[in-house]
Amino acid sequence: MDNLDQLVASAMADFATASEPAKLEDAKARYLGKDGSLTALLKGLGKLPAEDRKAAGAAINVAKEQVESALSARREALRNAQLEVQLAAEALDVTLPGRGRGRGTLHPVMRSLDRIEQLFRSIGFDVADGPEIESDWHNFTALNTPENHPARSMHDTFYLQGVGGKVQEDVLLRTHTSPVQIRTMLAHVERYKHLETLPELRVICPGRVYRVDSDATHSPMFHQVEGLWIGEQVSFADLKGVVADFLRSFFESNDLNVRFRPSFFPFTEPSAEIDVAFMSGALEGRWLEIAGCGMVHPNVLRSGGFDPEKYVGFAFGMGPDRLTMLRYGVNDLRLFFEGDLRFLSQFH
Amino acid sequence: MQFSESWLRSLCNPPLDTESLCHVLTMAGLEVEDIQPVAAAFSHVVVAQILSAEKHPDADKLKLCSVDAGQGAPLQIVCGAPNAAVGMKIPCALVGAKLPGIEIRKAKVRGIESFGMLCSARELGLPDDQGGLLSLPADATVGMDIRSFLDLDDHLITLKLTPNRADCLSVTGIARELAALTGAPLNALPVTDFSAEHQNSHADSHAGARTVILDAPEACPRYCGRVIRGVDGRALTPEWMRRRIERSGIRCISVLVDVTNYVMLELGQPLHAFDNSQLSGAIHVRYPHPGETLQLLNGQSVQPSAETALIADEARALALAGVMGGEGSGVTEATVDLFLESAFFSPAAIAGKARSFGFSTDASHRYERGVDFDLPRIAIERASQLILDICGGQAGSVVEANSATHLPLRRPVQLRLARVTRVLGVSFDPERVESILCGLGLAVHRVGDTFEVTPPSFRFDIEIEEDLIEEIARVHGYDNIPSQPPIARTAMMPVPEICRTPMQVRRLVAERDYHEVINFSFVEPAWEADFSGNTQPIVLANPIASQMGVMRSSLIGGLVGVLITNRKRQAERVRVFELGRCFQRTAVGGPVAGFAQPMRVGGLAAGPSEPEQWAITSRRVDFYDVKADIETLFAPMQPEFVKCEHPALHPGRSASIRIDGLPVGVIGELHPRWVQKYELVAAPVVFEIELPALLGLPFPSYVEVSRFPAVVRDLALVLPQQQALGPLLEALTALCPPIVRELKFFDLYQGKGLNENEKSLAFRIVMQDTQRTLEDAEVETVVASLLSRATRDFGASLRG
Repeated sequence: MDNLDQLVASAMADFATASEPAKLEDAKARYLGKDGSLTALLKGLGKLPAEDRKAAGAAINVAKEQVESALSARREALRNAQLEVQLAAEALDVTLPGRGRGRGTLHPVMRSLDRIEQLFRSIGFDVADGPEIESDWHNFTALNTPENHPARSMHDTFYLQGVGGKVQEDVLLRTHTSPVQIRTMLAHVERYKHLETLPELRVICPGRVYRVDSDATHSPMFHQVEGLWIGEQVSFADLKGVVADFLRSFFESNDLNVRFRPSFFPFTEPSAEIDVAFMSGALEGRWLEIAGCGMVHPNVLRSGGFDPEKYVGFAFGMGPDRLTMLRYGVNDLRLFFEGDLRFLSQFH
Repeated sequence: MQFSESWLRSLCNPPLDTESLCHVLTMAGLEVEDIQPVAAAFSHVVVAQILSAEKHPDADKLKLCSVDAGQGAPLQIVCGAPNAAVGMKIPCALVGAKLPGIEIRKAKVRGIESFGMLCSARELGLPDDQGGLLSLPADATVGMDIRSFLDLDDHLITLKLTPNRADCLSVTGIARELAALTGAPLNALPVTDFSAEHQNSHADSHAGARTVILDAPEACPRYCGRVIRGVDGRALTPEWMRRRIERSGIRCISVLVDVTNYVMLELGQPLHAFDNSQLSGAIHVRYPHPGETLQLLNGQSVQPSAETALIADEARALALAGVMGGEGSGVTEATVDLFLESAFFSPAAIAGKARSFGFSTDASHRYERGVDFDLPRIAIERASQLILDICGGQAGSVVEANSATHLPLRRPVQLRLARVTRVLGVSFDPERVESILCGLGLAVHRVGDTFEVTPPSFRFDIEIEEDLIEEIARVHGYDNIPSQPPIARTAMMPVPEICRTPMQVRRLVAERDYHEVINFSFVEPAWEADFSGNTQPIVLANPIASQMGVMRSSLIGGLVGVLITNRKRQAERVRVFELGRCFQRTAVGGPVAGFAQPMRVGGLAAGPSEPEQWAITSRRVDFYDVKADIETLFAPMQPEFVKCEHPALHPGRSASIRIDGLPVGVIGELHPRWVQKYELVAAPVVFEIELPALLGLPFPSYVEVSRFPAVVRDLALVLPQQQALGPLLEALTALCPPIVRELKFFDLYQGKGLNENEKSLAFRIVMQDTQRTLEDAEVETVVASLLSRATRDFGASLRG
C-alpha cells in the first residue's frame, strides 16, 4: 500500500511541475496511459488471490481517482493561467476616447420653444403656425390697430417693395405673432360652425417676427410665442395663474416673483406687462419685462368670428429669446443669430 | 415723459417716499422708467458771498478769499477758480461738508489756512455750465443751504407712457392720477379768470383782436387765440420756471417760448406763440392749396399733403397745425405783440403727420394721442397770466372758434357688475366700483349693479365696457387679483402616429451631428442670385442694411454664410442646419396671396467627415455621407435621387430628392464657381428639403416572418463605367419573384483586374419563403434571370 501512496504522491508532483498542457498530458500517460503505472497495477489485479483482489482493487481505484482529480485540477489551473496571459495581452487603454461621429445640437432658443410647447401641451394647448410675410389686415387692422393708430409707431415695421418699386402697403413682415391668433380663431370658428357652442380654443403660436431695430438688445428678427385661450369662462385671474405657473415651470424654480403691471396693447383690454424677478443669482431682485398679455379685446374676438358677449379669452405674447438668455445666462442677444459653433455647440 | 418730482409734489403730495411713489405709478400703468437725483448727495454747502479776493502770496494761480457764509465771522478760503471775484455769490462747502468724493477739512494750502471750499457746478454733481465757480443770483440769501436754495432734493422721473394715456403727458395729469390712486388731495392750479378781469378794465381789448376761421373743422373743432401787446420778449425766464422746464428735459430758449412750453408741461396743452406783427388779417385753420409749401422752424421745407391741416393768415401758411410752427412767424426776443394759439386738433387729423415728415414734436406727440378738448381756454388764460407777470403787456380778449359738431363725443359707457367679475375673475362691491370710477374723474350714474359711465374730456381711451373694467383692475391693483389655475373641460388632442413635428425633425438632424443655426430671413441680394439664380427677389422697402436687403428664397446662402463665419474662427469641421421659411412671389394663393412661404430644412457639411480622432483616417465629407444623413431623415420612406441641375450646386454632383416621383429637395456639392467666389477651402455638401415631406410617415405594415431557412447568393457584375446603379437596381428589383426577400447593392469595385472603363457592382440576393424550404433549382433560376436581364439590357457580364 505504501507503494500506492508513493505513486499518487509522485503523480501529483509530476503534474505540478508540468508547466504546459502537452507536458501535463505526457505525465498523465505515465500514470494513466495504456502503459501507465496505475494501469499496470490494475492489470496485475488478476494475478492476486481472489480474497485479496477486492481490497487491492478498491485501494487502486482510490489512488486512481486521486490521480485523476489531481490531473483535472492541474488542467484547470493551466487553462486559467493561459487565459490570464491572453487577457493580459488583450487589455485595452480604456481611457482612450470612443470612436465615431458626434451629435449636433438644437439651437438654444429652439430648446426653449420645445420646452414651452411641452409645458403648454400638458394643459391642453395646441401649437399653430402662420406666415411671416403677413397681410396688414391680419397684423394690425384685425388686431384693433387701424391705420394711423399711435400703437403702430410702437412697431417699426418692415415693408416690401412692390413690383413697380413702390412700397407695397397691404403686406409686411409680421411685427408679432398675434396675427396667428386671428388665423387660428377664424379656422376654429369655421371648423366648429355646426356646433351651438364652440369648444374652447387653446393654442400657442411660436415663430419669427421682425422689427426695424438693431442693437445689443434688439435684433431685427427675433422670436415670439403667442398664447390664446378663448372660452365661456376665462378670466384675468386665470391668465395670471397660467402665466405664473408657466414661468415657474419653465425656470423650474419657485424662487421667482411674477408681477402683472397695467399696460396698453390695442388687441387686449385690460392689458398687462409681465415682469419676473429672481430671488437669487446675478439678476436678484431686478424686475425683468418678459411678456405682454391681457384679455382679448372684443373687436379682436369679432375679427376672429367670436361673439364677445358669449366668449371671453386671454392672450399673451412672450419673447423666447429673452427667456433663453435668462435661463442659460446668455448676455448678448446677437449670439443667437451669428451661427458661431463655439456658442451653439455648448447646448447639448 | 420726464418731470421733476418736486413739481409733481407741489400739485399732489401723498405721504410716500420717492421709491414708493414711483411704484404706485408703475403698478397703475404709468411705468417709471428712470429715477435720477437732480444733484449728487452732499451736505453743509451754503450760499456765500466773496468779500475780498487777493492773490495767494506763494502761488500765482490761487486766490485768498474772505467769504461771508452766514457763519458770523467771515471765513478765509483759498480758491483756485479764475472767476472768483469780489461781490460774487457762490456755493461754499463748510468744514465738515461731504461732497462727491471728498470731505472738506480745515487745511493749509501753500502755507495758508483755508476753512472750506468754494464750489463749481461739477463739484456738486450738477450739469456743468461754463466751468469755474457756480455763480448764484445776486438775490440769493447768504447762509442758506444750497440744496434748498437750488431745490436740489429733487428727482427727475421718466415715465414710459403707453399711447392710450395722453392725459398723463402733463404734470397736472400725473398729479390727477396720483390723487385718484392714493387719495391724496389734488391742489388746484392758481388760474384766475383772467380774461374777464381784463375785459372789464380794458374796454378796448377787442380792438386788434384777430378773427379765427375754422375751414377744416373736422381737424380743428376748437381754436382759442389772443393778442397780447407790449410785452418784453427779452425778459429773463424766472429761475423757478427755468428749473422746472429743464428738469422736464426741455431746453429754455426765450421767455415767450419758455412760457408756452411750461404751460404745455404743466397742463398738457400745446401752445404756439406767433409774432403778431408778422401776421396779416384773420387766422384760418385750413387744408393746403395745391402745391403749397411751408418752411418749418427746423429749417425743413415741406409740401404738406391735402389732408394736412395748416394754420394760415390771409397771406400765407404759418404752421403745420398741431405739429410745428413755420419759419418767420413765431415769437423772438424782439417780439412786442404776440398772438397766442391754444387749440384742439383731432387725433385723427394729426396722427402720422409728423412721422410722414420724418420727425416728432412735443405737440404732435400729444395731439395724435388726444389732448383734453376743454383745456384750450384754461391754458390760454394760464399762459397769458404768466406772460403778463413776467413780460408785462396788455392782453386782448380771447377769440374762441368752435365747431361743436366736430368736437369729440363722450358717450356714456354701460358697465355691468357681472361682466367685471367674469372678465377679472374676482368679484367687487358695487360701491367699490363706483368709488374707483368717480375717483378717476368719470361721471357715474348707477342703477343697481349697472353703471352708466361718462368719461371726462381728458380721457380718449374709454369707449367700451372693457375699458372701464381695466380702470377698475388698475386702481384696485393687478396684484390684488388672485392668480389661479384655470378650470377647464378637457378632451384629448389627436396625436397622429404618422406625423412628426418640426421639433422631432430638428432632433433627428441634430442626431446626425448637425448644429442648428437661426439665420436672418433677409439676406444679401448676391446670395439670391448665386444660390437660387433669383435676380428678382422680394426686396425690403426699408432694410436695416443693404446686405439684409432681400427675402431669401433658399436656406443655402445663410448656411454658406455660417460656414464663412466659422472658417474665420478656425473651425475646420462645420456641420449646420436650419429650419425656417423661404419666400417667393407666386401667382397662386397661400395664406397671404401672392407669396409662397414654404418651411424648409437645409443643411451644410464641410471639412472632415468625422470629428478628428485616433484610428480613423480623416477624409473630407462627401456627397454620399450627406446622402446617408438624408436617407436616415426620410426613413422608412425611401427617397429617389435623380441627377439634376441647380444654380448653387456642382452639376455632376447634385441630385433632386424625390418622394413618389415629386421633387421635395436637393442635395449636392456647392458649385466650384461659388467655392472660389466665397473663398471656401473646399466644396461643402449642402441640402435643402421641403419640411412637409419629412413630417408624414407611412404607417408600419407587418409582413409575416419566415420560419424556413434563407438562401443567400451574391452576384458580382462587371458593367460599363457610365452605368448608374439606380436604373439597374430598379430593373432587377422589378424582376424579382416574391421569394426574393431582399435584393441589395453592397459593393463597388474599380481597378486591378478590370478594364479602365469598367466597374464591378456586387448584389446580395436573399431568398426565403414563409411556407417551405426553397429548392436549389428555383434559387438558381432567380439568379440566372437577374443575370440575363443585366447582361441583355445593361451590358453586364458576370465577374470571374
